[in-house]
Amino acid sequence: MIELLKLFFVFFKIGLFTFGGGYAMIPMIRQEMLQNDYLTLDQITQFIGIAESTPGPFAVNMATFAGYHTHGIVGSLFATLGVVLPSFLIILLIAYFSDRFLKTKPARAVLYTLKPLIVGLILSAGLSVVLHGVLGDFMTEITFDYIALIIFSVVFLVSLFYKKMSPIHMVLLSSILGIIFYGL
Amino acid sequence: MKKYIDIFYTFFKIGLFTFGGGYAMIAVMQDLIVEHKKWIDEEEMHELISISEATPGPFAINGATFIGYKHGGFLGSLFATLGVVIPSLTVIILISIFLEQFSSNVIIQNALKGIGAGVGVLIIKAFIKMGKKVKKNWYNLFFFVLAFVVSFFTSFSVVYLILLTALFAVSYQAIKGGDISND
Repeated sequence: MIELLKLFFVFFKIGLFTFGGGYAMIPMIRQEMLQNDYLTLDQITQFIGIAESTPGPFAVNMATFAGYHTHGIVGSLFATLGVVLPSFLIILLIAYFSDRFLKTKPARAVLYTLKPLIVGLILSAGLSVVLHGVLGDFMTEITFDYIALIIFSVVFLVSLFYKKMSPIHMVLLSSILGIIFYGL
Repeated sequence: MKKYIDIFYTFFKIGLFTFGGGYAMIAVMQDLIVEHKKWIDEEEMHELISISEATPGPFAINGATFIGYKHGGFLGSLFATLGVVIPSLTVIILISIFLEQFSSNVIIQNALKGIGAGVGVLIIKAFIKMGKKVKKNWYNLFFFVLAFVVSFFTSFSVVYLILLTALFAVSYQAIKGGDISND
């Protein structure tokens, strides 16, 4: 039980102190996993690859994996609960107070200014994902994956013709195209 | 009860089909929640993204909690968060059990590679949709370009970028008076 509580608190800490989404969590996850002997460096590296290609948030995937690896299914539940709880509580508080708070003039000014900022961040994220798919890890070594470019283009064109196409259908279409083109 | 099942099921779908991190999640929520279910509006979506960037934790959890609360109070937030987490939890437990088979199955690996290539479309389309809703003026253009350049070409923390911009907006509003969001 003590071990499970410790697992819970390690991931609670990770959930509480990592801002800015998935990849920002990697250094802290790595440090905590190694210090507590939950995973080896090789396992972490292997699992970062798996967490990237499976659905759902990176932090949750990582917590489930480390929890399962050390204490089975109960471990994965404790670790996942730990990593989810901080965001859940913080957002609950903010959502509760936001209606009154966000109507004030300074808050409106902040939201107005953050709007274009967010649109810029989304464009940057989208381009990074596309470039990463086609050129691999282009910061270190460029590899050109023309199949990825074909799949991207096909999904993009199809989504232009079927304006109502939902993201879920785009994901399904991409996976089918992946099986066909990479399987050839 | 029906409402909570709907919330749970919708977020379960989102959790199951969202590959490729937080920004892909934004794209999926924009489509499913804002445009189809209309549980929150465009303004609230921007609020949610701003709040998420400036608070800890994954966007999926922040988004589920926020939207669940707006639509169904505390229980709504609970069902939404459970819904978005359970698919990852189940998938990862299965993968942990069948790790060898998972890594060596060619069809699964090819499907995942395909998703990796196609998921960018989601984010680019979310960018186009959300970009259309921003008022076109020099002030907004400046912050759009700033965010793109800083996050694409540097490793400067997005959290600080958001906080500094918020600080600027409050000061600018105080100095300039009036209402900058109505210019």
